[in-house]
Amino acid sequence: MNPVNTIDFRTKKFRAGSFFFTGLTGLATVLILAILATILTDVVYNGWGTLSWHFVSTIPKKDFFDSKTTGVLPMIIGTASRVFVMTLFVLPIGVITAIYLTEYAPNTSIITRIIRAAVNNLAGVPSIVFGLFGLGFFVNFVGKNLDVLFHHPTAVWGQPAIIWASLTLAVMTMPVVIVATEEALKAVPQGLREASLALGGTKLQTIIKIVLPQALPGILTGGILAVSRAAGEVAPILFTGVAYYMASLPQHLTDQFMDLGYHVFVLSTQSPNIQQTEPILYATVLVLLILTFALNLVAIFIRSNMRRKMRSLH
Amino acid sequence: MGIRRGHRAHPGEWLAEKFIFLVSLTAILMVFLIFAFVTREALPLITGEVSSAAVQPVIPVADMDKIPAEKLRIYLELTPSQFATMDHDTKKLLMETKVEGAQDAPDNKDAKINTIEWRYLLFPYQWSGYDKPVYIWQPVSEIKKYNIIPIVIGSIKTTLIALFFAVPLALGAAIYVSQLASPKLKEYIKPAIEMLSGIPSVVAGFFALIFMATVLQKVFGYESRLNAFVAGIALGFAIIPVVFSIAEDALTSVPRNFTQAALALGASRWQAAWQVVLPAALPGVFAAIVLGFGRAIGETMIVLMASGNASIMSGNIFDSARTITATIAAELAEAVFGGDHYRILFLIGALLFLVTFLTNMAGELVMHRLKGKLEGKK
Repeated sequence: MNPVNTIDFRTKKFRAGSFFFTGLTGLATVLILAILATILTDVVYNGWGTLSWHFVSTIPKKDFFDSKTTGVLPMIIGTASRVFVMTLFVLPIGVITAIYLTEYAPNTSIITRIIRAAVNNLAGVPSIVFGLFGLGFFVNFVGKNLDVLFHHPTAVWGQPAIIWASLTLAVMTMPVVIVATEEALKAVPQGLREASLALGGTKLQTIIKIVLPQALPGILTGGILAVSRAAGEVAPILFTGVAYYMASLPQHLTDQFMDLGYHVFVLSTQSPNIQQTEPILYATVLVLLILTFALNLVAIFIRSNMRRKMRSLH
Repeated sequence: MGIRRGHRAHPGEWLAEKFIFLVSLTAILMVFLIFAFVTREALPLITGEVSSAAVQPVIPVADMDKIPAEKLRIYLELTPSQFATMDHDTKKLLMETKVEGAQDAPDNKDAKINTIEWRYLLFPYQWSGYDKPVYIWQPVSEIKKYNIIPIVIGSIKTTLIALFFAVPLALGAAIYVSQLASPKLKEYIKPAIEMLSGIPSVVAGFFALIFMATVLQKVFGYESRLNAFVAGIALGFAIIPVVFSIAEDALTSVPRNFTQAALALGASRWQAAWQVVLPAALPGVFAAIVLGFGRAIGETMIVLMASGNASIMSGNIFDSARTITATIAAELAEAVFGGDHYRILFLIGALLFLVTFLTNMAGELVMHRLKGKLEGKK
């Protein structure tokens, strides 16, 4: 392996500074891990007792602060559907952009650099600005114009809805998919492409039949990361589709929806009696964390497997 | 990377290539649309077309025919189609109601002020009832006051607290993971720290609100339970993974032979890390901090839940604070669509977009240059 990593500490002169410095940076690392552990322990410890099948499968009445009759089924369905619709938009666009950037784009051209800069910028736009954008563009511009186009007397498209929340989130998570897919495409050995071309395959055939199947795990990782990121986001959906309470489950793309993350916000800030709400609050957070973390763990697992494979190929 | 060998030009192939290129322009289009549509809603305010004054100057009914039609339409608050279909007498009637309405207007000398002019947005003003000029954000009151300085200060305050807390930790961990930890340990620590970024911000906000606020209050003994300090620390949780991964990336991209040369000359591992690798990667560390700043100032749910949301001008970190992001999140739903308040919220949103756009550009530029330099391209 690398000589740096195999240097034996004991043969080096012992220095107090070295000990201190390693200890200090090590301590910082431990502290960060401790923060993570504290959050997870707190949520699991306090939330586990309330979590039950009844809790995740019940549609709550208007007063969802009551710990006996409440449930989070509409929130789980709302979050799942907005994330699912988002995936339909973000995956094709993100993957195709990544294909362009890795397989077609001349690395030095201005347009490539602008696309890359735009992707990086998109990743840094504050989530609340996405919320404003979703309201200003999707709801008030696209939606309202669709209503005019179809001669709807009342607002059908021109109001907050699942479709607009999903599209807003799709714009937000585009960089996640692009970056992950690019990484996956780059990990496909160049030799495979050349072999395909040498056998008479066209560039497009090579990409579709050779490169993409090889990169599939990495692309999936990107999709999963985007889903997990979007599932926990609240700010972008505040004005684009989320509802405080709905008696029934959403039926159409133009319906509003209840949402797990937003529900956590509502439970922790609007409760008339926080002591009484705390158990269901913790349980709701636990459900949200299980969803996002399970997805994250899967993504991390696929990714580290992929990196190992990539190292052995090169 | 990519395929460099030639291939037969196929019409289908050519079409697909163009299609792929067009789709890849989506990212550029989106950045443009975000900028365009967030500023679009704020535009009438920037150009000074609208007035928020509770009492508008009254035009005598006799002057009705002397002023231009467009000005009359705005004065009567009519849409162009309404204005066009309305006959002269109805307009005259409206003029008279205006004059009558002005007589019952609130008896307050501030009522004539257009509070959305730039000077009221940015500079202190002595409102009636106050004994000195003040900065006030008070969008729901008889005289609506939209001075953005208190919430800008609130944003900067919480962001700085977050940076002071998160940067040392994240940098320390980045140095440890990239330079000092064994490769095996690194393989476990890195994903674990990255998992912190998988915690949704609403969960970090919840944790700060329910758990941390009480604990920190017991430790520090301050007065208001929710304040800039609690929000700042929780905000720190959100930016630790950002600063960590960029700094770690920068430190790792310093070529191995830098370290090896230092070690060969008798330096200890930490001397090599501190005196050779860190200075070489310094621009990257700077970029990490800048991008962390951008992330922190744009974070919404954490500050909305943990900062207490009082828009007061205060330098004390243990006072409640209201940030730009929390203001938008909390107030937009109640603001009248197309009203002054609504437009102001889009204006500060556009401001926020601009700030993060610039920090992003700066951060990316520095990282790009650094990598180019370290890889010997320049």
